[in-house]
Amino acid sequence: MIAEFGQFALILAMLAALLQGTFPFAGVARGDFALASIGRSAALAQATLVALAFACLTIAHATSDFSVLNVVQNSHTAKPFIYKLSGVWGNHEGSMLLWILILAVYGAAVAINARDDAPALTAQVLGVQGLVAFAFIAFILFTSNPFERIFPAPADGADLNPLLQDPGLAIHPPFLYLGYVGFSVTFAYAIAGLLQKRVDADWAQAVRPWALAAWVFLTIGIALGSWWAYYELGWGGFWAWDPVENASFMPWLAGTAFLHSVRVVEKRDALKVWTVLLAILAFSLSLIGTFLVRSGILTSVHAFAVDPARGVFILAILGVVIGGSLTLFALRGAFLTTQSTFQPVSREGAILLNNVFLVTACATVFIGTFYPLFVDIVSSERLSVGAPFFNATFLPLMAALLFVLAPGAALAWKKGDIKSGLAQLFPAMAAGVAGAVIALWLTWPKPVAAALGAGLAVWAIAGTVTDIARRTKVFSVPVRDSLTRLGGLPRSYVGMSLAHFGLAIVALGVLGAGVWRTETVRLMQIGDVVAVGAYEARLTEVVHSEGPNYVTEVAQFEILKGGRQVREMSAERRFYPVRGMQTTEAAIWTTLAGDVYLTLGEESQVGGWAVRAFFNPLVIWMWIGSGIIALGGVVAAGERAFAPRGRRISTASTTAGATV
Amino acid sequence: MKRILLALPLAAFVVLSAYFAIGLQRDPSKIPSVLIDKPLPQFDLPAIEGFEKGFSSGDLKGRVALINVFGSWCASCVIEHPVLMEIAASGDVLIAGLDWKDEKGAGSHWLQKYGNPYSLIGDDADGRTAIDLGVTGAPETFIVDKNGRIRYKQVGPIDRRIWREELRPLVEKLERDGADGD
Repeated sequence: MIAEFGQFALILAMLAALLQGTFPFAGVARGDFALASIGRSAALAQATLVALAFACLTIAHATSDFSVLNVVQNSHTAKPFIYKLSGVWGNHEGSMLLWILILAVYGAAVAINARDDAPALTAQVLGVQGLVAFAFIAFILFTSNPFERIFPAPADGADLNPLLQDPGLAIHPPFLYLGYVGFSVTFAYAIAGLLQKRVDADWAQAVRPWALAAWVFLTIGIALGSWWAYYELGWGGFWAWDPVENASFMPWLAGTAFLHSVRVVEKRDALKVWTVLLAILAFSLSLIGTFLVRSGILTSVHAFAVDPARGVFILAILGVVIGGSLTLFALRGAFLTTQSTFQPVSREGAILLNNVFLVTACATVFIGTFYPLFVDIVSSERLSVGAPFFNATFLPLMAALLFVLAPGAALAWKKGDIKSGLAQLFPAMAAGVAGAVIALWLTWPKPVAAALGAGLAVWAIAGTVTDIARRTKVFSVPVRDSLTRLGGLPRSYVGMSLAHFGLAIVALGVLGAGVWRTETVRLMQIGDVVAVGAYEARLTEVVHSEGPNYVTEVAQFEILKGGRQVREMSAERRFYPVRGMQTTEAAIWTTLAGDVYLTLGEESQVGGWAVRAFFNPLVIWMWIGSGIIALGGVVAAGERAFAPRGRRISTASTTAGATV
Repeated sequence: MKRILLALPLAAFVVLSAYFAIGLQRDPSKIPSVLIDKPLPQFDLPAIEGFEKGFSSGDLKGRVALINVFGSWCASCVIEHPVLMEIAASGDVLIAGLDWKDEKGAGSHWLQKYGNPYSLIGDDADGRTAIDLGVTGAPETFIVDKNGRIRYKQVGPIDRRIWREELRPLVEKLERDGADGD
């Protein structure tokens, strides 16, 4: 009964989305805002109905209703309850339903937060969202129905992939989706702006909080994904340039570029065409991200729904959404004119440079991800592009980005003064050089490029701090005044500084975990000792035991420093009989200086166990830095809530009726 | 000029979607490998830990063989494994294995645990031979004829149906064909 109820709710949601996707456009075209505002009610109705459908699937999973095919394929009575819940989106159908749910919730949020000062813009934004929702609900209903029944119902399910049975999975996809789907709002604003030929400061202010929200979620989602790979997959790495990782990273890069350029639209009424294009790109790349995982076009360890039929449906959606929006862009872009002049040495000039780096980086990742496919089609030759390609192309771009970050952020809008700017940044420069030298000294004979990278990160950190010091006049006025000034800094500036600071911290963590780590593989007997960084690990015992749905082998290690025990750790190798799969649970001891990371391999025929021992310096700073970046986004997004509302009343309502 | 610039993203997208459209037609698990009907690349792989003999392309001379790319790290290989064991037990075809990107000893432990269907096993720890073979993921399976030419490639696990309906008839046909002397 519950499954039919869910399916019915989803069908109604599709109809609501259709209303939401048509009435606003008709209303705006006829200048009838009562008609257009049906879109708001439709958006709320759609969100309620999708939430009902999602609740139904959740109940089916929670109660292990094995008459529902989706539950049979992805659950098992022996599975811990929390993973029964996360199992709702741990599969193709359920994850698509989550995608729709988030889209609908964003739609409802737009409908609720919509102000009356720009009714045409809001109406069309909701309309675009409605059309996207309609396409994806249709996709679910016709190709990936999560409510399909199975008769006769089997006694038990097929279990959830044990690799996916992890707290990381319970929260990682929802965050990624909140990010991906959040860019649908930005996209909808871009389309509405093109339709109305109006992209200005008001538009930029309206869209920025949504872009920030999406970007914050995506930042957290990517960091969690990386964290999950590091803690769960047990290979000691955090980023593999896997197509699915790239798929989440590309919209992040485009979205980051958008966040910077939208500021130029707001402040200087420039870069409009470019900003609109970035908004379209960010969402297009999000869709391609979904598409990458859902079709068999690129095989990857993550792909849990390899099915070309679904791929064709998604391709059709992509064609309409991306092709349609780019056609509109080609037709209407010329109407987005600007009056302001553009000085190269200025904040907007620096942002343009930032955009060039970010978009080039995004293009690099795109090429690296799709090049094998292109080559395959053109020349029938198969190859794969691995980490070396990305390291050689992407990392220099990031280095350049770190290099211009601090001076760029310190420049004034309109016309900056490069000389006084550089003079102010002189201490930061000195800090950067010192950082590089110290890093080289500490890590020798590791690559010099990494030490230079560390110098750049220190330079970016010090430059960001210097600029805050300048604005708060730390050394020229009493401390109390400086604190007052600190409190009075605009939230957007504080947010930006936090994000820049966080990025530099992440860079240090990436260098530590990616370049400066040490790895030892050793066949160990009980009592053997292996060196891990400044520590030693002694294998004390290995025991076999049983978990709720797996059997496990647990190795106990004693961590020694200077011969004295500082800690005990245990690494595990689990076997899940229902799926016949094995997972490793690495033993990880995190300190601020670095992680001791031990994994247990197979027992050898000659006795002993293969043990991999890593020392990964500074890993924790990647997660801390990511958190600071996200916090920066949250702080910056808060700005609008405190800004006076009157400013936004503008010409929208007078021009809106005449357009489209 | 500006109009052309504005239309550039659309043009780029049209080209990209054409690629995607073609890419989708080529379901990766069904694409005939470019190596089909080409000679098997030359290789000479060392033995994996605990085995005496390695696996070189010359070992297959004059024989129809099934080459299976596997790895102890590969989850789908575990699923495929019982099928390979059955084929090995039937003696219908020589099965050779390529232990792809495995850690030292991991492959032999894996075989010890699940059973060994391979008459020949080579250790492709650095993945060079797999690159020559155009391997995109494990498991992958090739059928080689008596002249050392690749005649079939399967991406992903082979199951009983694929063996019964595609691979076995092909193997039987290749056995009958014999070597033509080119």
